[in-house]
Amino acid sequence: MPKKSFISKGDYRDSVFLMRVNQECQKLDGVKACAVMMGTDANKDIAKDAWLYTDELANAGPNDIFIVIDAIDEAKCETALAKAKDLLNEVERGESAEEMSYRTLRTAIENEPDSNLVLISTPGEYAFTEALTALNNDKNVMIFSSDVPIDDELKLKQLGSKKGLLVMGPDCGTAIINGIGLGFSNIVKKGPIGIVGAAGTGIQEVTSLLDDVGISQAIGTGSHDLSEKIGGITMIDGIRMLGEDQETKVLVVISKPPSPAVTGKILEYLRKVGKPAVVNFIGGNVSDEGNIIGALTLEDAAKKALAIITGAQPSATIFSKPMEELEALITQETKRLSDKQKYVRGLFSGGTLCAEAQVLFRNMSRPVRSNVPLEKDLLIQASARGVGDTFIDMGTEEFVRGIPHPMIDFRFRNERIIRESQEDDVAVILLDIVLGLGANINPAGELADAVAKARVNGKSIIASVCGTERDPQSLHLQVSALERLGVIILPSNAQAARLAALVASRGGAWGYLK
Amino acid sequence: MTTKLFRQDIKVINVGLARFYEDLKYQRAKVTKVDWRPPAGGNLKLIQLLSKAESEEVANANKIAVKKIVTSSPKLIDIKRARDVIGVLRGNMTLLHSGPPIEWERMSGPTKGGVIGAAIFEGWASDARQAEELAKSGQIRFETCHDNSAVGPMAGIISPSMSVYVVKNEENGNIAFSNLNEGVGRVLRYGAYDEEVQTRLKFMEDVLSPLLKAALIITGPLDLKNIMAQSLQMGDELHTRNVASSLLLLKELGPSMVNTDFSKSDISASIDFIVKNQLFFLNIAMAAGKSIMDAANGIRASSVITALTRNGTDFGVRVSALKDKWFTAPAPIPKTLFFPGYKEEDANPDIGDSAIMETNGFGAFASAASPAVVQVVGGDVKEALRNTIKMSEICLIKDKSFPIPQNNFEGIPRAIDLRRIIETGTAPIINTGVANKKPGMGTVGFGILDAPMGAFIRAFEEYASTL
Repeated sequence: MPKKSFISKGDYRDSVFLMRVNQECQKLDGVKACAVMMGTDANKDIAKDAWLYTDELANAGPNDIFIVIDAIDEAKCETALAKAKDLLNEVERGESAEEMSYRTLRTAIENEPDSNLVLISTPGEYAFTEALTALNNDKNVMIFSSDVPIDDELKLKQLGSKKGLLVMGPDCGTAIINGIGLGFSNIVKKGPIGIVGAAGTGIQEVTSLLDDVGISQAIGTGSHDLSEKIGGITMIDGIRMLGEDQETKVLVVISKPPSPAVTGKILEYLRKVGKPAVVNFIGGNVSDEGNIIGALTLEDAAKKALAIITGAQPSATIFSKPMEELEALITQETKRLSDKQKYVRGLFSGGTLCAEAQVLFRNMSRPVRSNVPLEKDLLIQASARGVGDTFIDMGTEEFVRGIPHPMIDFRFRNERIIRESQEDDVAVILLDIVLGLGANINPAGELADAVAKARVNGKSIIASVCGTERDPQSLHLQVSALERLGVIILPSNAQAARLAALVASRGGAWGYLK
Repeated sequence: MTTKLFRQDIKVINVGLARFYEDLKYQRAKVTKVDWRPPAGGNLKLIQLLSKAESEEVANANKIAVKKIVTSSPKLIDIKRARDVIGVLRGNMTLLHSGPPIEWERMSGPTKGGVIGAAIFEGWASDARQAEELAKSGQIRFETCHDNSAVGPMAGIISPSMSVYVVKNEENGNIAFSNLNEGVGRVLRYGAYDEEVQTRLKFMEDVLSPLLKAALIITGPLDLKNIMAQSLQMGDELHTRNVASSLLLLKELGPSMVNTDFSKSDISASIDFIVKNQLFFLNIAMAAGKSIMDAANGIRASSVITALTRNGTDFGVRVSALKDKWFTAPAPIPKTLFFPGYKEEDANPDIGDSAIMETNGFGAFASAASPAVVQVVGGDVKEALRNTIKMSEICLIKDKSFPIPQNNFEGIPRAIDLRRIIETGTAPIINTGVANKKPGMGTVGFGILDAPMGAFIRAFEEYASTL
């Protein structure tokens, strides 16, 4: 088997860029497999696992790019390798001819003194220094990078809070500030609802569902903000900022359940602000009290906030579709199932959406195994074979090491859809499809092959699409493309989870819903 | 906590994933891109040393160095015979050469050619073979220009009988020297040594130098900072383009030249020589640069680079804190725009003390002032500006005394910080002339290059060990 490699010494590109090169190479004539990556140990391990390791890779360090091509013959290998090298350089040339860029944040700030927000997505070990530079220069920051030590996070947040600067993150995937989407976010109309969230896809789901009325700001806090150690510094600052903001009439707060102490603090600040505040601690119930309104799901949070604006009575939504249509759908999907097919396998790109679906299943007496489970005893290794209802959060560390997030790169999810569809007892494959900035430009196209195979294997595919019309992918185009593939699309993650349970239980789950 | 952020348009600096930058562009948001890479290429040892070097002691030392640089006031005060002002040239057969120290065996073609030419010019040898014998036998001693308060472009050969400019840094009180520029083509500094070269050198000693000296006495000391700042605004970067500065010099000295006792034909030949040489002012600018950098050299704990220079074989670097110590790496071959008839294989590795201009914030650092120069390597106006901004990333200041109109009158980036070179992995860019690698030939073109990182890494490791 001919395998060829090349190392570009002292050459750094971000993983998304390298993936794009990788993707292009994969399509070249005669190429069976390829890897274009930074030469970190983790990436070299990935290459080893993929049978794409060559001895030359021993010479690749973390600041070198390696290319490995495995093709059907020597000649094709050579051609592909040459093309891969071209691709690495081509884009670089294209870019440098176009735009002015700076090599360091320090110089960028010097030359753009009126900038007011720094978006940091370096590898985690470097994020602290960059964020500190930003804060010391009086810039707000959003830190997309994860793997920042909690002590460093505390230092940054204390400094930011003291200086009156917003510190979103580390591990903050989503924010919308003054109508501009940052990181993984959706293009949403300006309006009266302000959001603070510790949960990235949670913010995406709520803001997308609120596209009709619009949002003022969506502040991401990062996933560790509500830990005991940080104590919700960013969330409290965010609540205060939205409290003072004239355009914000209603607040929505989203997070996985914080500790009781931190929960108390958050609710206390919300009471102090006084504006109506809808709270969704995914799986942790908050009861209505004063200006605080509890919401069970992300969709409920959006609907309740909307009701306050329109003056309607806030009520929970089970399904948006009329009952007859739903019954017909359930019948149509169950008809395809054999008696053995009883379980749901959820393959999620959004961690919050995965958690929310688990909560809904738990409420329908269907405990779900997961790599990020609600209870410890439901833990299952991400790579292990699913057992019963199993939901996998595919955005966790083990999936994204050296590889773009599953919202961008569908490789692992597609593999997993096919694998799960070969299991006899699986009835439904439940998916979340997240559109918007940062996400893959055509998820329906990426999923087409895997979904077709899963359908041939007799599975029902149920999904929600999180996005808006103005997103680069356009909500309705993606929905209709996915429906043409035979995917059942529901307007929210919660509804998709409910329908999955209904199909798998042949309608049995109605008992919990009606 | 205020909601000020909510009342402004957001203007983002994106540090990391290019996709986020593109998405902000897609939304028509104001966004600036940082082409982020791990500091020091992710080298943990260097990252540790860098954090050690981010101290108040270093910051204070650099403040002193910066002050020395910006307050320097170089004046052209005289023209003298080299042997009369440079101690080592008295007595035995001694020549100065450019770059860090080097012995005859390792000298490149153009340096050897320069040595041969100077030996003939001094009358130590009657032909090339004899001159080579002298050099090989060790009878000719070699010293660097830099170690003797001097600088010379390309081979940088200064022999005892040559005239040198005397530049005084009045603020600091030190003196620096450089020889007179011969023009381009078959010239000694590019390693040519034939009859044409000898005749020109003789003219320069017999006519041009004494005339300029006499004119300078009439005009009085020339404020070089003034001429340099003006010429920067007129499209020079003062290294490979010295068109405006040379004419400004003539403007200052021309009237006085006419008022000397020299014959009309001598004056006419000299003016003709100056106007035909677009690099005439370079050597004066270099002496000015040397007088400034020597003033900033030897400051304890300062990470400011005080010399970048090449001898055609090695590239040498000095850092203020380590004073006279050289750190070297093999000199690279510049990316070259060749004169017709020459090609890649003819080019010698980088050579000359003229990178003292970049050391001072001119040359490639001032590219934005002189877009014509980046055209040499196929660049455009944007690229010129980009080079200047890129160099500002490794410099401590932008010197308002030398504003660049094309960069919104921002000052040229000056005071190169060794720490920033290591941190960003950005080596100084240098504009340069390119010599034929064979002795006796001359110029083959003009080029541009990145200084070799190896020399800076070695310098930094030793520098950090002294902190």
